[in-house]
Amino acid sequence: MGATAHIDFIAAAYAAAVIIIGALIAWIAVDYRMQIHTLAELDEQGVARRSATSRTERAIEQAKAAADAKAKGRA
Amino acid sequence: MPLIDLANPTRFLRLANQTIPWLGGVTLIVFAFGIDQAMIAPDDYQQGATVKIMFIHVPSAWLGMLGWGLMSAAALGTLVWRHPLADVTAKAAAPIGAAFTLLCLVTGSLWGRPEWGTYWVWDARLTSELILFLLYLGVIALWRTVDDPSRAARAAAILTLVGAVDLPIIKFSVDWWNTLHQGASVFRLGGSTIYPTILIPLFIMAVAFTLLFATLLLAAMRNEILRRRVRTLHLMQANAVN
Repeated sequence: MGATAHIDFIAAAYAAAVIIIGALIAWIAVDYRMQIHTLAELDEQGVARRSATSRTERAIEQAKAAADAKAKGRA
Repeated sequence: MPLIDLANPTRFLRLANQTIPWLGGVTLIVFAFGIDQAMIAPDDYQQGATVKIMFIHVPSAWLGMLGWGLMSAAALGTLVWRHPLADVTAKAAAPIGAAFTLLCLVTGSLWGRPEWGTYWVWDARLTSELILFLLYLGVIALWRTVDDPSRAARAAAILTLVGAVDLPIIKFSVDWWNTLHQGASVFRLGGSTIYPTILIPLFIMAVAFTLLFATLLLAAMRNEILRRRVRTLHLMQANAVN
């Protein structure tokens, strides 16, 4: 049997592999970009997980709250 | 890094970000080498050039089954140990396993037409492989139907463990029943019946496909962790508004 016999079936099988695996890779890549984009949008809106808020930011917030309370107390 | 540290999603994300580009690069190199070896491999004395379909059909079949095996192990992790990454692994592996199973069915069909004279026959091997594909679709649908990830994880874990019965049926179908599909020829008692000039390229392609599976799984797990973070943030946002 020659190398070119049934070449159409061999080509179709490899094309199917490229299409199915290519679609899978593209879907995973697009999904990743979408998640990163949504997280960036939420970050811009100031929505953050408690565990993601840095200690420094929390310390600044606490210091501000304490300063406000003192100022109210004097008034 | 101790293995237990990977249970922490943040540490896992850091490791995945570092690993995915390298693993992807190695996958590409092994694939290039494997395809080169597959193309120069000699034709089979009976099947001729159509044996080249084997280099994608057989690794896809192995990975379709490996995917469900991995999901079954993850299902135990969800139900028994409640491991934080177990259901993430199971959910991420489902579409990848489904894609490899579909590729196995399509390439098998394209191989069957010139060899058997038909694209499809309802023999035990082909039917049990089709059932595996339908089980994958069922699990994916279940994940999408239930909104709460932890509830969806438990339901999907049970379906996965029930579906795992299909794996030995696929493997031994050619021994238990009279099938048009050939019997085991790679992993069998008494050694492989495939000549090394074809067997070695097959193993290289199997390694390439496995590396691809691992890369895609890591990337899909990363996506799933990020999706859960987005969900948590949306819930926090909704609570803040209320």
